[in-house]
Amino acid sequence: MSLFTTAAIFLASPATNQSLVTRTLLLRGMLVGLIAGLIVFAFARWIGEPQVESAIAIENVSDQEKGEATDPELVSRGIQRGIGLLTGSVVYSSALGGIFGLVFAFSQGRFGFSSPRSLALWIAGLGFVSVALVPSLKYPASPPSVGNPETIGIRTTAFFLAIALCLASMIFSLQLARRFIRRFGVWNGSLLAVFLFVLLTVTFSSFLPAIDEVPPAFPASLLWKFRIASLEMQLLLWGTLGALFGWLTERDRNVHTLIR
Amino acid sequence: MTQPYAGSIPQPLSIPVIPLREFLPWALFGGLLMLLLIYFVGVEQGATSFIHGRVVHEFVHDGRHLLGFPCH
Repeated sequence: MSLFTTAAIFLASPATNQSLVTRTLLLRGMLVGLIAGLIVFAFARWIGEPQVESAIAIENVSDQEKGEATDPELVSRGIQRGIGLLTGSVVYSSALGGIFGLVFAFSQGRFGFSSPRSLALWIAGLGFVSVALVPSLKYPASPPSVGNPETIGIRTTAFFLAIALCLASMIFSLQLARRFIRRFGVWNGSLLAVFLFVLLTVTFSSFLPAIDEVPPAFPASLLWKFRIASLEMQLLLWGTLGALFGWLTERDRNVHTLIR
Repeated sequence: MTQPYAGSIPQPLSIPVIPLREFLPWALFGGLLMLLLIYFVGVEQGATSFIHGRVVHEFVHDGRHLLGFPCH
């Protein structure tokens, strides 16, 4: 028996037991998330951190002008932009990857995708739109010195509510998309489902509280660069999840067919 | 033995559906654990806190801002 066959049997064995498929996909999602987290960290360090530093410098200057003492550093800036940012990126990405794996486990075979690669990419694309892109249109990421500490409660509630409503709109639109497609054909049915999603999210977001706490003197270009960097990080995260997870799962499935 | 040209073998269209009763325990416990992790990166010692102080908040401070969570 060649080394390849041995490896193939080893790789295949957990998934032959149906009850362990979910576990395998959950762990794969977390692993892929961990790798994505490292990439996101590198990008954040390179593109995002200069913006964070500039924003903190502005915050310190405005504190001094107001005669307030600058906040004492509980955790040094070096740790915050180093191991702290790394921990945040990796833990967040792994957790999101785990949920991604669970959604994949539920979706496979249920929605008519025959290729794991395309299913993974679809989940990543729709996940990016409904968890990152659309909520951030209503509540974009904000650099240090933007944001009133007293409104943290309402801002956090509104942020998660926006994500929840957006996900619900996405699931509802996808449910109806199948019916629309049966009735009006693939092209018109899909367009109708997209229109429904846009209509739902615009309606929801008009009822959510408006939050605008950018100080008048805060540089617009810095805010723009920060927000674009944040959105790019999300795109990188979801893109890596979709592409890598699909590739690994497709490879795994090919190993199974070889054994049979 | 057969050569591992696995990529070129056409796939049968029978992708196993995981039965809900096998999926749900993993989804429930795995999902909750993942949400707890996201909570600690994104929210702890911000809007709500389990742990006294500001160390968790300050440690993941930059990530929290850049990942889009409301901060401060």
